[in-house]
Amino acid sequence: MLGQLEEIAREVVRMASQAGASGAECTVSAGEEFDAQVRKSEVETVKESGSRGVGVRVLFGRRTGSSYTSDLSPEGLQFMVRQAVELAAITTEDPFAGLPDPVELGKFTGDLGLFSAETAGIDAARKIELARQAEQASLSYDARITNSEGASFNSRMSRHAFANSLGFSGAYETTSCSLSAVPVAQNGDRMERDYWFSIARGAGELEAPDYIGRRAAERVIRRLGSRKLPTQKAAVIFEPRVARSLLGHIFEAINGDSIYRRASFLLDRLGEKVAAPGITVVDDATIPLLFGSSPYDDEGVPSRRTVVIENGVLRSYLLNSYTARKLGMKTTGNASRGITGNASIGHGNLYIEKGTLTVEQLFKQAGSGLYVTELMGFGVNAVTGDYSRGASGLWIENGEIAFAVSEVTIAGNLKDMLLNIEAVADDLEFRGSVASPTLLVGGMTISGT
Amino acid sequence: MALSDSFFGKKFALTEQDLQSYLGEALSRGGEYADLYFEYLATTSLSLDESIVKSATQGVSLGVGIRVITGERTGYAYSDDLSPEKIRHAARVAACIADGPASIEKTGFTEAARHNLYPVLQAPADLPLSERVKMVQRANEAARSADARVFQVQASYVDSLKHVLVATSDGVLSTDRQPMARMNVMVLAREGDTGTPQRGFAGGGGRVSLDFFVEEKSPEAFAREAVRQAVVQLTAVDAPAGEHVVVLGKGWPGVLLHEAVGHGLEADFNRKGVSAFSGRVGQQVASELVTVIDDGTLHSRRGSLNVDDEGTPTQRNVLIENGVLRGYLQDRLSSRILGSRGTGSGRRESYQHIPMPRMTNTFMLAGQDDPGDIIRSVNRGIYCANFGGGQVDITSGNFVFSATESYLIEDGKIGQPLRGATLIGNGPEALKYVSRVGNDLALDEGVGVCGKEGQSVPVGVGIPTIRIDKMTVGGTSN
Repeated sequence: MLGQLEEIAREVVRMASQAGASGAECTVSAGEEFDAQVRKSEVETVKESGSRGVGVRVLFGRRTGSSYTSDLSPEGLQFMVRQAVELAAITTEDPFAGLPDPVELGKFTGDLGLFSAETAGIDAARKIELARQAEQASLSYDARITNSEGASFNSRMSRHAFANSLGFSGAYETTSCSLSAVPVAQNGDRMERDYWFSIARGAGELEAPDYIGRRAAERVIRRLGSRKLPTQKAAVIFEPRVARSLLGHIFEAINGDSIYRRASFLLDRLGEKVAAPGITVVDDATIPLLFGSSPYDDEGVPSRRTVVIENGVLRSYLLNSYTARKLGMKTTGNASRGITGNASIGHGNLYIEKGTLTVEQLFKQAGSGLYVTELMGFGVNAVTGDYSRGASGLWIENGEIAFAVSEVTIAGNLKDMLLNIEAVADDLEFRGSVASPTLLVGGMTISGT
Repeated sequence: MALSDSFFGKKFALTEQDLQSYLGEALSRGGEYADLYFEYLATTSLSLDESIVKSATQGVSLGVGIRVITGERTGYAYSDDLSPEKIRHAARVAACIADGPASIEKTGFTEAARHNLYPVLQAPADLPLSERVKMVQRANEAARSADARVFQVQASYVDSLKHVLVATSDGVLSTDRQPMARMNVMVLAREGDTGTPQRGFAGGGGRVSLDFFVEEKSPEAFAREAVRQAVVQLTAVDAPAGEHVVVLGKGWPGVLLHEAVGHGLEADFNRKGVSAFSGRVGQQVASELVTVIDDGTLHSRRGSLNVDDEGTPTQRNVLIENGVLRGYLQDRLSSRILGSRGTGSGRRESYQHIPMPRMTNTFMLAGQDDPGDIIRSVNRGIYCANFGGGQVDITSGNFVFSATESYLIEDGKIGQPLRGATLIGNGPEALKYVSRVGNDLALDEGVGVCGKEGQSVPVGVGIPTIRIDKMTVGGTSN
């Protein structure tokens, strides 16, 4: 199956070359998904299906055109190639358009453990039972948990093939599965919900359903009885689940597209101090079993480890071959795309290295502040660094949790926030391709009453 | 239209016997209801950056989604291959949700009533590509010549034509042809070569063809608006933090309604009792000046549909009338379970997705006040002219939305522009503080995308100028 997809990718590249393209890239993907949702112990939905798609990007000198289809018949592929060729005629010459330098092409050769035969083989009844157990564990945790948005088990198998006209071709397959629970708790006429989930390549590596249900239950119970805060300057502690979003903003600011467009609050800062001492940010797509790992990027450049920020100093942007040419640099193997179009920039496993404090020690160091467990909204500007988001969580007083907080905002500027990271906890763990330990950020504005 | 004359009849030789047989397969293990959703979506997109048309993409995605409902349980499967054996296989997978003898199926279909809200005579794909390339080039030139401080322009144009066919086991057959076009312009402006860049964005469209951008909303108009917004931001100062009087301008700020009340009134959350609005029909949830409508029948609008994605004709639904909660947005499953009338609100992102109750075009009816008087009524407060996106936690009712263009109001006059700030409130409470409603209702330009449980669908919003006496503003200054 994988071999067939790789052969289709090579065949499409040959078709494009025959049609006169000076360069071509083809991506083929195929996947199968399973979703089961259980609510109040009853099966609510079961969804099971497979799909596939193929996309091509052609180059005629410095012009490009792209197209895609889900019709993998020879006629379907021919039509797709013709369409891309036609589109290349209407685009403009871009002096930097092209494929990667041939010497950059290749594959990371270590075993990344991206595929688990166990996930591929687990039966539907077992998946539903795991979801039922996770929900049951949350419902029975506390009498105030009166309702549930359910629990779900999801599994996916994906196959991915890529070829280009420089002779690169490859294919790999991945699996992932996840189990989650979403309990609802009530206190008077106010309700709250929260969730916990576990994700892994193999079903055997998932956290136990009882643990997932209990964690979700603890989280929702501690939100009850929340109040607003008076408007003030205070320290903000980002728990790992929300600290990840700060890495997302850093990524937006250090990716090559933002840099060449000069649309970044970290522009022209290579070699300079942009974060507090002790802050190290790494992008590494070669860590076995993790969700941001792959043998090569979406242009056929080998995956690697790139230190983005080292002890507070900005060391590297994340680039694909196009943005590297624009900036006079080398690609960092961060090309990303769906099945078609010009590649944009993606990350592998992007994380902040863990510190040495336990979360309790970090609370003690903070003394008082807002421990944020949920962020809402899109009030972040990666061009200026302006930051303003809705938040809820727990107020910390004398290093201890005091009461629940909701309906406030936290605001600042990302340039200052990165420099004001006062402590990093030791609780780094990956639940997805972006991960951060708990962070303590000083001097933010909390807006409430 | 007879099935044989429809898009799927002609292109895929689909017959009523085929549909009957697939539905029969779907109900082969029992189940009370089954439906088929055939979709064929052709999309063209163009983007310009640094005055270069850097990318042009076309493609087709097609498939069929098959759903079986038994009680409150849903089985779902889809196929991106429309060969009969693949469709039958998907039907058998969806059928597994039920566990009993085959249900009796009806014979024959009747065509559902439908509106004719977007009679586009010429399919976008029939127009030469060069016409569409001109649109992004015109936007680029207009933005660059509008103000010397503009140093980056990105313009994009995307159009699509979606053909759908829905066939249900209760004998309803409906087809629709759904065009969509959208243009976006994003600019960066700065003072000199070293000033902090500021972003400006404008865009719009709807269920329209290219003519719309020639006759009604030119690329130049979007470009000038994007430049205006970026230039305003060059002199913006930090927004004040804390509770303030907030005046929302007309049009896109209607996203407030989408977040504050719209999602919380979707029937799936309410039949499960997990929405902050659950069990509140008949209660006062907003000031009596507030009437909120969700209307899928507006001509050519981005959120409009002739029939929803379950084959039900869309309609005008009153959600809140003079401050009193009137009803929820229903899909088939929810209306079956709740025994309520359908509202034509069953929508899905694509054939790969299970339909859910969703909004279409959500807006507040106009009131009596002159918009200028509303501003003049405020001693000190914030005027929000434009927003980015918003988000809501439907269970607690807390919602946020982010102002991208806002100003301080002092002594009844609009003053200093403010930097982006997030506004936060609680759904069943926030609209009780609405004290003035303007006579200037406007709908947005046609850029809205609503996300729910991983599914994105196009929507519209609208609002007249309104005054809210108390809302928390997430700024950094005092």
